[in-house]
This record gives sequence, C-alpha cells and structure tokens, in this order.
Amino acid sequence: MIRAITEPIDEELPPSFTDGGDEGELLEIALGPHHPSTHGVFRMDVVLDGERVVKLKPVFGYLHRNHEKIAETASYLSSMPYTDRLDYMCSLSNNWAYALAVEKLAGLQVPERAEYIRVITAELTRLQNHASTIGFLTQEMGASGTPLMYAFREREKILDLFESLTGSRMMCNYMRFGGCRVELPSGWLEQTRKVVGAFPRFLDEYEQLLTGNEIFMARAQGVGVLKKELAINAGVTGPMLRASGVNYDIRKVDKYGIYDRFDFKIPLGEHGDVYDRYMIRMLEMRESLKILNQALRDIPAGPIMDAKAKIRGFRPLAGEAYGRIESPKGELGFYLISDGSPNPYRYRVRPPSLINLTVLEDMCRGYSVADTIVIFGTVDIVLGEVDR
Amino acid sequence: MMLEKIKTDIEATVPGCLLEIIPNGSPSGQRSLLIEPSHAVAAARFLRDNADLRLDYCSNVSGVDWLDTEISEKVTVKTLVDGVEQEIEETRKRRSPGHLEAIYHLYSMEKKHGPVILRLRTENRTDKIHLPSLTPVWRSAEFQEREIFDLYGIIFDGHPDLRRILMWDEFEDHPMRKDYVEPDDYEYEPTAHDDILTKAKQHNA
Repeated sequence: MIRAITEPIDEELPPSFTDGGDEGELLEIALGPHHPSTHGVFRMDVVLDGERVVKLKPVFGYLHRNHEKIAETASYLSSMPYTDRLDYMCSLSNNWAYALAVEKLAGLQVPERAEYIRVITAELTRLQNHASTIGFLTQEMGASGTPLMYAFREREKILDLFESLTGSRMMCNYMRFGGCRVELPSGWLEQTRKVVGAFPRFLDEYEQLLTGNEIFMARAQGVGVLKKELAINAGVTGPMLRASGVNYDIRKVDKYGIYDRFDFKIPLGEHGDVYDRYMIRMLEMRESLKILNQALRDIPAGPIMDAKAKIRGFRPLAGEAYGRIESPKGELGFYLISDGSPNPYRYRVRPPSLINLTVLEDMCRGYSVADTIVIFGTVDIVLGEVDR
Repeated sequence: MMLEKIKTDIEATVPGCLLEIIPNGSPSGQRSLLIEPSHAVAAARFLRDNADLRLDYCSNVSGVDWLDTEISEKVTVKTLVDGVEQEIEETRKRRSPGHLEAIYHLYSMEKKHGPVILRLRTENRTDKIHLPSLTPVWRSAEFQEREIFDLYGIIFDGHPDLRRILMWDEFEDHPMRKDYVEPDDYEYEPTAHDDILTKAKQHNA
C-alpha cells in the first residue's frame, strides 16, 4: 500500500527513478499491520521524505474486543483471568494491579506472606519482560535471533517457575482479592533462589554482548530522543520515562504492597535515547534481583488469603477506586466504579502501552524508517493491552 | 492533600468556576472534584502550573455513562375529599436525566503526590454532549479522549485530532454506552439475494 501524496504521475516513472530529482516527493506508507516488528496487529501510517519520517500516525484497534464492556457484564472475579490477556507477557503484574484496585474498593487487607509472593512473582515477571524486550530490540536492529534466544532461554526458566506455581506459563490467573490463589508448591522457593542466583551471570553475558557493542551503540545512541518535559506531559511511564531522567517509580512513590521494606535504587537515564532505554532495562533487572534476594530471604510463613475476603457473593459498597502499580511497561491502573451489585458499573484499564505510544511520532520524526522500527521497539508494547 | 483547599484555590484564581466535591462511599476514600465544563481548561492549567500542586501528570482519563434514572418521591398534596380539604401522600415519579462523564486522574511527578480526581459532566446523553478537551494541558489525554469519543460519544472541543481510535471509522454507535444494542450481524449487506427471498415470501403468502 504505497501511494504518492503529490499529484499522481500517469504511466511515467516518478522523477526519483529517472533523474534523481526526488525533492518534495512525499510518500505515504502503511508500516504494518503485518510488519514483523509490529507484534502482529499494529499499524503506523508514515509519511516519508526520501528515507526520513515526516509524519507518523499510529493506527489501533486490530485486536480490540472491548475488554472493559465484557468486564462490566461479568462479576469482579470473572475478570481476573481476563486481565492475563491484556499484557500477556506480564500476566502476574496485571493480576496484581486488578487485585489492588478491588482491594482498595472493598477495603481488603492482604496477609504478609501473600504480599511477599506478589512481590516475588511481579519481579520475576519484570525480569523476563525486560530480558525479552531487549531481545526483541536487538532482533529489530538486525541481530537475527542470538540475543533474543539468550533472553528466551532465561525466560523459559522463569516461566517454568510460573507453571509449577500457577499451572500456566503465561496466563497465570494467580492472584485473588485479598491474597493469592494457592500456596507455594514444596521446593518452589529453593528453585526460585536457584534461578535468581544464576541470573546475574546471564546479565553479565548479555551486557558483554550488547552494552559495548559498536554496531549496537551506533544504532542506539542519539536515536529517538525523548525530552523530559514532553515525557511528563504526555504521561509516559515506566522505563521509558526514567530513561528520560524523570525519577518516578510507583514502587517508590506509592509504596504499594510492601515495597517500602526493600532496599533498591531507581536507575535514571540522561539522554532519553534508545541506548538509555536499553540501559535502564538492564539496570532495572539488577535492581529487581536485589528485591528478589531480599524477598526470598524474608518471606514469612502464614496464611495467603484475607480471612474476611469473600469469593462468592462479592459485592463491594457503592463507590469508586483507582489502583495502580509499576508494571514492567509503566503505570498499569484499574479504575472501578461499584454500584453495590456483583458486577462493576465501570471497569477501566489504564494501559501503559497505549499511552506510551502518544510520543511515538515525536520520537521518530526526522529519523529513517530503520530507526523508527528500533525506536518503536524500545517503547515495549503488547497489543493485547493497547487495543483491549 | 486537601480537596477543600484545592477547591477554594481554584475558586480564587478562576472566577465564576462552579465546583463540587463528590464523596466516595467506598473504603478507598478517593473523593473527586466536579468542575463546570466552561471553566475546566482554566482550572486544569491552574492545577498543572500552581507551584504547590504541580499536577503535571494526567494519568488516566475514563468515560462513564450514567443512564436516565427514575426517582420516586413522596409528596403531600392537599386535595378536596367530599368537600373537606385533606392532606394526602402521593408517590410521584420524576425522571432524572442521565449524563456522560469524563474523569481525569491527576498526579504530580515533581511533588510525588496525588491522585486529584476531576470530573466533567455533559448536560445530557443525546445532544448536549460537548466537553472541553484537556489535551492542550496534558497531552497524555490525547489517545484517551479519542477513546472516550469513540466508545462513549463525548465530543471534546479543542482536541487536536478527534477521530475514532479503536472502532473503525465507518462505525456509527458508541459501544460502551449502557444502552448500546449490538447489531445482529456486523457484516450484513443487502444483496440481490435478499430481494429474491422477499419475493419468494410474498409469493408463498
């Protein structure tokens, strides 16, 4: 689907093909929805001047199934497995965000052990998400497969942990309002300690492969710069925001769950370019390992469900609540309005993937098509969440 | 952060702006501030730029559809019964018009506080469905207001690029409305075949 925006040229070849006179010729191209870097179902309508991007409009909706409307017709608990399908790389983070919003709405307390399990699963999710994101990023730069397979090898170990805990590798559906669904299987913590203990070696290897790589640096440094002010105003969150140098991590700001008990740092970028966004994810994985080590050391015994929490006949009081967490992609929030019935009157997902795309045009303008693909790769989106 | 103080501050800087604090019955206790649409942009600019508040980050924008509701009230009426004036209790039904609502969750990245929740309401659900767009103040509202326009049908005046975002451009209804009825067949197109079927029906009748 390529067409010239200027007057159509009948029969003749466009001037650029004949005499090299390509000035003023703008070309509109639909990048996607079948482009391999667009995760299947995302389209960018790009206007090109030669190789440079002049305009870029993202087009959404290919995966739209009106998740919010479906949730309004179902009970609170029935939507829990559906949240797995939003950002299918990070189903446990989605579970947590939804559980947190409902717990705020209904005033439920979460037992200590459940909080620890939540932190451990969420940080494991962050590890595998960031590792794969960097893998996909290098894939989009043309490093065919190797770094991605390195990441997937590690991700596999984490998915095995999820499988033995929840019964499913990706669609975990593990958290409940006021706790977690099942107790940890025997030996799970030891296995997790083993995986976490081996992870730094993978990170070192990964960094050795990429961080100082000349080709990687040439493709990443100074590309797709996102300014701090714009990032804040456009509501960009997560690693992308911190790569632009804004110190805002909801784990530190809201201290939801038990994040105030752990000692970890928030890595910040300086330039806000592709390289910083890569580096932030690398550093965040190391900080996640710190949290995991502390959580695995301190996890207490005890119940994993709030005794007052009702599974059947759950009807929160009329009112509303907004709960948010720092998911690997950014701020994932759930906004719920209850009218006292078993179904939410309004159920809204604040998708970090969608809102981080607001600045895609600003980051890509002036760069080549090949850079656009790389910049798009650092936004880290999952279409299940963008389109809902 | 006291919502009452924010209310008086807005009233002081934006003259004529009507505000109301909406209580919240849930244990979350997140109360919100209902703002009259005509002064919403000025109030939003104040919230963003005020040195104490600095609500520089608009996190979440959601639409809500409130249907028309029937409220039954008991009224005492004086009537003449057999020539004697008596007070009789009567139940009267009143229709309270519904409205569409846009709700903005604001946080401050600089001061690290929040949320401050703003609510904007349209006058009804049918023809007076315009609200001012807050995208010029917070760009994060750009896609989210488009989504509300798409799924709820609120028209945001001053939005730079108000188009459908999730549904296709030719789609006509607003699927998140509470009274939305989905079509029987999305891909229905009248064909010659249908004419023949109608004829056959008439013939057999």
